[in-house]
This record gives sequence, structure tokens and C-alpha cells, in this order.
Amino acid sequence: MKTEFEHRQAAHCESGVISNLLRQTSGGKMTEPLAFGIGAGLFFAYIPLIKINNGPAIAFRTLPGHIFSRTCKSLNIPIIKKRFFSKESAEAFLREQLDKGIAVGCQVGVYYLPYFPKEYRFHFNGHNLVVYGYDEDKYLISDPIMHEATTLSSYELQRVRFAKGALAPNGQIYFPKTATTITKEQIKQAIKAGIKRNVYNMLSIPGSFAGVAGIKNTGVKIKKWLDKLGLKKAGLYLAQLVRMQEEIGTGGGGFRYIYAAFLQEADAYWPGKGLLVVSATFTQAGDMWRTAAVQAAGIFKGRLTNQQDFDKMGDYLIEIAAVEKQAFETLKKIKWD
Amino acid sequence: MKKEDIPQDLSALGKITKEVCYATDDDGKYQTALSSGWNVKIDALDLAWSDIDKRIAAAKQKVRNNEASPIHFFMEYRLMDLSILADYSGFWQWQVKRHLKPDVFKKLPNNKLQKYADAFNITVEDLKTMTVHED
Repeated sequence: MKTEFEHRQAAHCESGVISNLLRQTSGGKMTEPLAFGIGAGLFFAYIPLIKINNGPAIAFRTLPGHIFSRTCKSLNIPIIKKRFFSKESAEAFLREQLDKGIAVGCQVGVYYLPYFPKEYRFHFNGHNLVVYGYDEDKYLISDPIMHEATTLSSYELQRVRFAKGALAPNGQIYFPKTATTITKEQIKQAIKAGIKRNVYNMLSIPGSFAGVAGIKNTGVKIKKWLDKLGLKKAGLYLAQLVRMQEEIGTGGGGFRYIYAAFLQEADAYWPGKGLLVVSATFTQAGDMWRTAAVQAAGIFKGRLTNQQDFDKMGDYLIEIAAVEKQAFETLKKIKWD
Repeated sequence: MKKEDIPQDLSALGKITKEVCYATDDDGKYQTALSSGWNVKIDALDLAWSDIDKRIAAAKQKVRNNEASPIHFFMEYRLMDLSILADYSGFWQWQVKRHLKPDVFKKLPNNKLQKYADAFNITVEDLKTMTVHED
């Protein structure tokens, strides 16, 4: 049993799944950057109280699952999203959809994902893939991170769908309820909603843990890490920052390049709004994040060990915060018709 | 990032698949391009793993010194913390904490050991003897 679905590699798993699921009904218009931007995917959060692999939780993107919901909501596409108590009903429901010819998105954990290299298998449960068919005991899998489509046995699929720990997927499955055609106008309006939502998330979330305030605050904190944590632990924290920023699924520069690509595409739908200029600012922000990552690597490899090196690292983030703040404030001021 | 600046260092993932990056062409227009990895993040991942390896080695020694039960070792080996192990095994966190004590562990009945073995994806025998098979 195989649904009509075409595997395409993407940078980020969730926006890749969405653009692949919506490609047909949008007549090829729904690209990965559009899905990411419409879903208001860009974010920053630093939450030292939540520990991931013995380091602080750092995010450059919005919570897993939210991009899909927001994208479909902004496009006015009704969706089905379901979690399960039992593994059996989770698999039965999946088969039912495949038998109807519907390819579905699944949230999974990567720790037991067999085709991932061991070095990348952590207890991270916010990964996404598409199941687009089955052949006896094998499920046909389109993982946007991978160049080629692959397969999983029903046991392997069940194990990753019911991975445990933070953000446990509980077999979560999601797909558009109906295959309605997506028009250019729908995308246009959804772009506006996505940008507005992202402006709010980056500028207006109260407190100093999230958004551009979060970036600035993290920069201030990094300057104190040498004293507070010692060189070794500070190095591990910085390595964690670099991994969240650059590892598979980010498209580079902490998702800033995908967002810049989104604004370029958005400009075609909303010409004359200055989106190309803001896009260039996000390219600059992405480049700055990468420069900061090089500095971080100098520290965690033990080449840079002084307080000045931590000051420089912290200042990079403070500068990035200023650049992104200005970019989002420009987006906020846009007069949409 | 410009397309020609995309790093092509070989990462563990790069041996299996290249990853998609977004970069600009000569006209500043975004395109996708493939990268096999970047040394900066390869080093970050290497550091994370060398820290994990140290934690596993320390855990092994603690079990040998009879300061912790083999559950402690396999927790580190499977990169689990208390809450993840509690979720996988079905025990409460306070129970897992108790079972980390060697004396308590030695008295655990087989059905409870089996729950841990399942959580770690190993056999009860391996659990008791701290035996690792690469998978």
C-alpha cells in the first residue's frame, strides 16, 4: 500500500513534513521556508531550569508540533491531530489512514531511530517524519532530514512513536483533514498572520527568557559563566548552545537563514513592504550566530580561556539581540492592506 | 551565508546523508544546498560525547566499588535521567532512586529486573553483570 507522496529532503524536520504533506494540494507552492515562516517557527529561549543532557535547555525554534498547527490554521486547513494511550490503536489508526491513501505526519523520538547515526541519538522526542505507505511489516518512511526515503519495521516505528521522556510523542499523528486546494491568496494572508505571530513571540513574551530579550539576557549571563560554572562546565554549556543552533534540522545559523529565505519568498506575495531588506538583516543575524559559534568552539576546545573571551562571546549575543530586535520592529510596523 | 561559504567538513551524519542548508547565490537570492558538516558543530558534538563517555566510565567504577547498582551504569549508558528511566520502566522516580542502591538492587525480584532490562533494551543477565553489547 503506497499513497501518492513524494519524498523531498528539507533542512528542518517539521517544516519539511508540512511542506511535503501540502505540496500537492498547494500545487507546489508550499515550500519549506513558507511553512516555517507561516508557522512562526523562529524563536529563542534559554531555560536553565530544564536540563537536557546535563545542560540548559536552549531553543532556536518554537515548540515541536506548533508549526504544523499554526501553518494549517493560518491557511484555514482543518487538521486531524491525535495522540494515543495504546500502541495497538495507534498502529490501527495509522493503517486506516494509509489504506485511505492519506500520508501522515508522525512525531517520534530519535533515540531508537535505527537509520540515525549513533552520535545523533539522544532522547529528543520532537522529531517528525511522514509515513506514506506500508509493505507487509515494513512502513515506508519519508524523513525530511534524510536524502532518500527509508523504511521502518512496525516494531521500530512503534518504539519511536512511543518514546518516553520530555515531549513524549504518545504516538502523535497529524495530517490535513481534507485535500483542499490551497490558493495564492490563502498563502498571502497566512504569511501576514505568521509574521505577526512571530513578531509577538520575539518581542512581546513577558520575562527575559524568550525572544530577543532572551538572547540579550543569555549574552549577559554567558559573561558570568567562567566564574559561576568553571571553564569545563561553561564549555559544555557553550557546546550545547552551538549544537542547538547548528545541528541537523536548523538549516544553519539557528534557523535564521530559513527565516531569511521565507521573507524573500514572502516578498513575492507582498511586494513593496520592504521584506527583502528585512530578509537581508536576518541573513546578517545568521552570519553573526555562526561567528559566535566559532568563538564558542574556541572556548570549549580550550584555546580561549580568559574572561575577555567570555565577554566577547556574551557581546556577540547582545549584538545579535539588537539586530533581531530592529528586524522584528521593522516587521511590526508594516502596514498590511 | 553565501553558497560558496557552506562548510563541507565530514561529520558522522555526513557519512550517511548530507544536510540541507539555506544560503545565498551571487544575486543574494536564497537557495538550498547540501553540506556534509561543519567542524565547529562536529567539535561540539564530540565534546558532548567525551563528557558522556567520562560519565559512563565513572558510573562503571561506582558500581564496581559497590556504591551504586548497575541501573546507575545503564542510565548513563542509555543517556537517561531519573524521569526518562521512570517513564520507560513504569517505576516512580523515588523507586528508581531506591533501586540505585546496591543492597536494594540485589533483592529485586526478576519481574522488576525485567522492567529495567526492557527499558534499557538489554537482558536481565546483562543488567546484573553490567554487560554491554554494541547495538
